Amino acid sequence: MLGGQPTLWKVMQDKGYDRRDFLQFCTFAAAAAGLGPDASAEVAKAFEKKARPPIVWLHFQECTCCSESFIRASHPIVADVLLDAISLDYSETLQAAAGHQAEKCKADTMKAYAGKYILLVEGSVPTGEHGVYCTIGGRTAEDLLQEAAAGAAAIVAWGNCASYGCVQAAKPNPTGATPIQKLVGKPVINVPGCPPIADVMVALVTHLLMFGRAPELDAQGRPKEFYSRRVHDTCYRRPYYDAGLFVESFDDEHARKGYCLYKMGCRGPLTYNACALTKWNGGTSYPIQSGHGCLGCSESGFWDNGPFYRHLPAFPGFGIESTADSVGLALGAATAVGVAAHAISTNIRKRQVIHDQVAEDVKNTPKSEKVD
Amino acid sequence: MPSPQAYRRIYVWELPVRAFHWLNALAIVTLGVTGLLIGKPFSVSYTQEASFQYWFGTVRFIHFTAGYVFLFNMIFRTYWGFVGNRYARWDTFIPTTKAAFEEIVEVLKIDILQTRVKGLIHIGHNRLAGLIYFVTTFIFFFQALTGFALYGPMSRSILGKLAAWVVPLMGSEMVVRQWHHAMLWFYVLFTLVHVYLVFYHDYVEGRGTTSSMVGGWKFEREDLLDH
Repeated sequence: MLGGQPTLWKVMQDKGYDRRDFLQFCTFAAAAAGLGPDASAEVAKAFEKKARPPIVWLHFQECTCCSESFIRASHPIVADVLLDAISLDYSETLQAAAGHQAEKCKADTMKAYAGKYILLVEGSVPTGEHGVYCTIGGRTAEDLLQEAAAGAAAIVAWGNCASYGCVQAAKPNPTGATPIQKLVGKPVINVPGCPPIADVMVALVTHLLMFGRAPELDAQGRPKEFYSRRVHDTCYRRPYYDAGLFVESFDDEHARKGYCLYKMGCRGPLTYNACALTKWNGGTSYPIQSGHGCLGCSESGFWDNGPFYRHLPAFPGFGIESTADSVGLALGAATAVGVAAHAISTNIRKRQVIHDQVAEDVKNTPKSEKVD
Repeated sequence: MPSPQAYRRIYVWELPVRAFHWLNALAIVTLGVTGLLIGKPFSVSYTQEASFQYWFGTVRFIHFTAGYVFLFNMIFRTYWGFVGNRYARWDTFIPTTKAAFEEIVEVLKIDILQTRVKGLIHIGHNRLAGLIYFVTTFIFFFQALTGFALYGPMSRSILGKLAAWVVPLMGSEMVVRQWHHAMLWFYVLFTLVHVYLVFYHDYVEGRGTTSSMVGGWKFEREDLLDH
């Protein structure tokens, strides 16, 4: 059905990989997709027979950190094969072609494989001022997105920009940056993170190639296998949290001991990502392991929930330094003062109140008893 | 001939209402104190392995347990608003009649302008108090909803799953946490004003407001009762 498209195995052979490399790749792909060790043979079979679908990778409002992350996946073959050789029919950053050639290449791919290509989108789409904030080849990002999305078999939103809008969409969002899922009328696979973890990206692409459909997604469209657990719940510093042992400042004794970074504003308890499991740069480390709290970069609106080094964000409308606690404490003090003033005022007029009550008591009572 | 200043004893708060009130007070104080601790845990120095200690986990456990008590207690009280006596019924919370609005203005005058108490103020919740409790109920359920939305991901609780839609609605868990925490201060302010006004009304009305939540009885001047 994908006429003219070679199989993955064919492409790898052309690239000079041998059978052993191919099988290693298949094992990695099976593991990344959460399959058991027996599955690698099945994966190999699939990649030998199945023509790989073409991939169109669009870049809008972004910093290319997603692409940078992707090419640093711990298994080099994946990036090499998936990006360099196989399937990248169009990517502003990585393609060899330029100008009209590149545009033609994309148009040809979308025409020849309508309904079959995979669309990967990096960056958000500005909708303000009719989209003038991001244009490529004279066309607006939204126009390009809608055209590409119409014929895509699957749409993946790379990173926090494409998933939630990231920093461009932070208040006051001057360009009207909008996440992909709000613009296309199709299901979108969100892979949030700033950037997303390389191995997560590779595993997702591998899954799409292998099964031809999206993995299981959660309510926000994120692959469950990577985004169903909080960084907090998989964090190796979690025991310190339960024990109530916290870092109070970055240079204290507790920081040296590696206590929990909760009070330093760590967003681990509110962030769904696989950082603590897969880690970064080939399993080297991740922010908390390096002594720095999680920023929650895979969460919606994380730029607006600052400051990053405080547990509670600034309270809207009360300035950057005010937390809910400082506002609440001020209101509480004001209320206490009001109550005290009210009590004093009541006390000043107590003679009248008591007089009323006494009058009630003695009204209409017989004279003989009133003497007392 | 009845004495003109005779008072009649009226059984206002039934036992379930009183039980609700004090359980609710206990739950709110517990949730407030543990909630503040969760938001801002104090610093502990410890020389042994972290696994020998679990104080923060315990604080959170108490918070979650009190959260369940709080929610089911509220649900029970809502139910009692339909089956309880006329002082506990739902319509004492929602002003609909002209007289009810007049009473609200009257109570506002008593509270703010400190005018004298004239005429008959509703012996159950006065109409202003009723309205405030009605609004408060929404804040109570908001707190329960955001609380269980935050609790959901770390438990298999069905209530957590039922509240899961709150997170995408409000934007992110950080926003939910922010508002859940901010609303804690509503309870602090509410408790301050509530307790003070109980004492104040007890004083200016002389109807036994404070003790009524213990024994259930309130007192009303016979001559003001129309029956």
